[in-house]
Amino acid sequence: MSTHHITVTINGTPYEGDVESRTLLVHWIRDTLRLTGTHIGCDTTSCGACTILVDGKATKSCTMFAVQAHGRQLMTVEGLEQNDKLHPIQEGFHQEHALQCGYCTPGMMMTSLALLQRNPNPTEHEIRVGISGNLCRCTGYVNIVKAIQFAAEKMRATEQVPVSAGEGGE
Amino acid sequence: MATQVFAHGLGEAYKRKEDARFIRGQGNYVDDVQLPGMLYGDIVRSPYGHALIKNIDISEAMKVPGVVAVITGKDLDAAGLAWMPTLSADTEAVLALDRVHYQMQEVAFVVATSRYAAADGAAAVGVDYEPLPVVVDPKKALAPDAPLLRPDKKDKQPTNQIYHWETGEREATDAAFAEAAANGVVVRQEMYIPRIHPAPIETCGCVADFHKATGKLTVWMTSQAPHAHRTLFAIVAGLPEHRIRIISPDVGGGFGNKVPIYPGYVCAVVASITTGKPVKWIEDRTENLCSTGFARDYHIKAEIASEKDGTVKALRVYTLADHGAFDAAAQPTKFPAGLFHICTGSYDFKNAFVEVDAVHTNKAPGGIAYRCSFRVTEASYLIERMMDTLAYEVGKDPAQLRFQNFIKPEAFPYRSALNWTYDSGNYEAALQLAMKNVDYEGLRREQAEKRARGELMGIGISSFTEIVGAGPGKHFDIAGIEMFDSCEIRVHPTGKALARIGVQTQGQGHETTFAQIIAAELGMSPDDIDVEHGDTDTAPYGLGTYASRSTPVAGAATAIAARKVRDKAKKIAAYLLEVGEEDLEWEPGRFYVKGSPGKGKTIQELAFAAYTNCPPYLEPGLEAVNYYDPPNLTYPFGSYICVVDIDRGTGQVHVRRFMAVDDCGTIINPMIVEGQIHGGLTQGLAPALYEELSYDEDGNVLGSNFQDYLIPTAVETPHWETDKTVTPSPHHPIGAKGIGESSTVGAPQAIVNAVVDALAHVGVRHIDIPITPWKVWSVLKEKGLTSD
Repeated sequence: MSTHHITVTINGTPYEGDVESRTLLVHWIRDTLRLTGTHIGCDTTSCGACTILVDGKATKSCTMFAVQAHGRQLMTVEGLEQNDKLHPIQEGFHQEHALQCGYCTPGMMMTSLALLQRNPNPTEHEIRVGISGNLCRCTGYVNIVKAIQFAAEKMRATEQVPVSAGEGGE
Repeated sequence: MATQVFAHGLGEAYKRKEDARFIRGQGNYVDDVQLPGMLYGDIVRSPYGHALIKNIDISEAMKVPGVVAVITGKDLDAAGLAWMPTLSADTEAVLALDRVHYQMQEVAFVVATSRYAAADGAAAVGVDYEPLPVVVDPKKALAPDAPLLRPDKKDKQPTNQIYHWETGEREATDAAFAEAAANGVVVRQEMYIPRIHPAPIETCGCVADFHKATGKLTVWMTSQAPHAHRTLFAIVAGLPEHRIRIISPDVGGGFGNKVPIYPGYVCAVVASITTGKPVKWIEDRTENLCSTGFARDYHIKAEIASEKDGTVKALRVYTLADHGAFDAAAQPTKFPAGLFHICTGSYDFKNAFVEVDAVHTNKAPGGIAYRCSFRVTEASYLIERMMDTLAYEVGKDPAQLRFQNFIKPEAFPYRSALNWTYDSGNYEAALQLAMKNVDYEGLRREQAEKRARGELMGIGISSFTEIVGAGPGKHFDIAGIEMFDSCEIRVHPTGKALARIGVQTQGQGHETTFAQIIAAELGMSPDDIDVEHGDTDTAPYGLGTYASRSTPVAGAATAIAARKVRDKAKKIAAYLLEVGEEDLEWEPGRFYVKGSPGKGKTIQELAFAAYTNCPPYLEPGLEAVNYYDPPNLTYPFGSYICVVDIDRGTGQVHVRRFMAVDDCGTIINPMIVEGQIHGGLTQGLAPALYEELSYDEDGNVLGSNFQDYLIPTAVETPHWETDKTVTPSPHHPIGAKGIGESSTVGAPQAIVNAVVDALAHVGVRHIDIPITPWKVWSVLKEKGLTSD
């Protein structure tokens, strides 16, 4: 098994290490770097619990090799809060009761961030389509939609500059 | 006695305490636990639905770099651990010895220094199988020539039938049917409630850590019932119970899936004891869907006898229950079909008779209470479907027929024909509110207009009754342990409190809700009360969270423990204020002298005094514990109305509107209650339209991942609407009934009833779930209703 030396920036902090070719990005982030906020729910790119931003684009980190992240800018749930201040998306999820068991929440919030960076004023339908790559078994999505609307309004009001620029994606 | 509580806490949409860690990615789920020197386990599983194991060759696996050990059934057998008891008096193979009974059954456990090495090792284990005939149809399993699927227990069970169970009055019920056949109406319907899976987004897993020097075993595991699991580990593995610590940390959804003990947990424990290292085992999604507790799989024949005007007289139900290869149904011991005999529902039946035959097939074991109180979902589904069938038969609106047959509000406590004592209810009020909220008459007019234009629109009602909150312990036990629950409260000298509860949250918000219960009883802020759970070394013994029992049972224990604290605080107040206890009045947070409101002591002052100036005749400190054995179950209820439109070109069902009126008695946190309802509704929508864990004839699982097993996304899920009525439970200390599962129980039949209602005018009476576009299109085709 060949190994590769990679350098990756996550939440503004540079990390480097040797990884096997087959090491999944999510395992490297969780098991090696111990950023355990990113979760694993399905192994088939279906549930979105492992969603992070890669160069600003929402990406399921269970379906990407760690070596593919070499040289990229990553953002995980741990990067949302800045200077002890919650991101509007985190606030929205708390205020609108958009989480229960909390397991899908980090991935859901990262997808929401990419969605709002792409479309700062989405309709309910656009939100539902935008998060349809992320499964939640607890909330029935109603309050997640409200949380994203909450965040959208707050981000527009404060003209929040996206933490990591990029065109976003699903 | 129910007590009116007017205090801080109850009825407030308090924001959840647990959110703070989850929104920061700082939850601590089992797979987040990483210990020094930890090894990883991976399971070799059977590709066959039924086969003999001729040989297991581990030699190549042992050569894989990083592989430390390979454990097989023979290794476990040497330690007497190859088989373990299920929750239903059967035994289940931990690792198969000479035969596999279903696809994905556990065959060997590979232990290695990394996840990847463990997976490499598992792939290198060579197993020789000799395939055997596979039986996946429970009807075929009962045929005389069916192969015996469980030869290991042929002495006590010579066929594939696990049990026959019946309840109710057979003769009186048959007589009522004979009378109705002659002078009234009899309706019949067969329906299949397919096998589905709870599929929490976090799969099952554990980290087992055995310390040889101390003999202490700590297991972090995805457990909905940590104490019960500790006791079972002690019994099964012969370990001293005081040296077993189960920690159920943050759990990423349970829904019943995390009630049983699975072979992977046992293997991880054995591996840790064997290697002296911590061992982690985490399922992947396919393992979760294919091998851990499924739900439902009931083949039901139901009949109602009624008078000509639709007044119901008797209910008769026959069910064939597919329990899979091992009878691992998670039920209270004395109730093999759970609480299925709540199936007379919200209606005043004079007679009823229910039979259930359970059989083995070559499918995964389970039969867990998936977000329902032990088969209540199956019961509610059948009666709500049957009421619509009867309505069409006698030519009445389904709402009208329900009003006609509801148990009346003044009839509570109500003794059902199948011997349940319903605590309280007002079914008419809930249905009236739901109908008003959707403008039911207006919808019926719209439906008639659309029908005239050839458009298909349906309105479905479900007026369900639940039965939750088991015990009492003398009737309800899990593996012999009575189903009580518990709370311990410690009020610290500075007036802040720590509460520990015997139940465990998988997202229900216990840390908030239970703090509110105490806050209400003691007049404190919920912010000043931390609630802990899930650690058997610290929490009082409890039976865990499932079957909506947290609030009905542990919530009651919490209220009573808080009242004990308050009682002691009152004694201290009397001492400090130099009056008799009878001279004191309570207002939230404070005792004061009657007639002198200015002369009083706050709960914080009394807590301080408990440690600094305690009356000489009292023990110092301010703590209390309560173990609560409920006198009865609670009976939440509700009325749901679903509106669907059907695409005549594709058969696609669109849920246009869904109104859920729930009554769970006293509401502690309306925000959390509504969230529970939203989630439950989505898990009711799922089996109605999307989810089914089906098998092909060779025993291959056809829903083995999230691309084949269709969990609704935000796009499929409608914008749920909710409302409430409040009918407190008369026997619960704060009148609460439980809400976690009502909507999973109540929703599917509202959707099915709406679909059937859209097609009732052409004679359609039933379509089995999941109602896929193909099934609907086939019906439309048959009825000549398809359009291009």
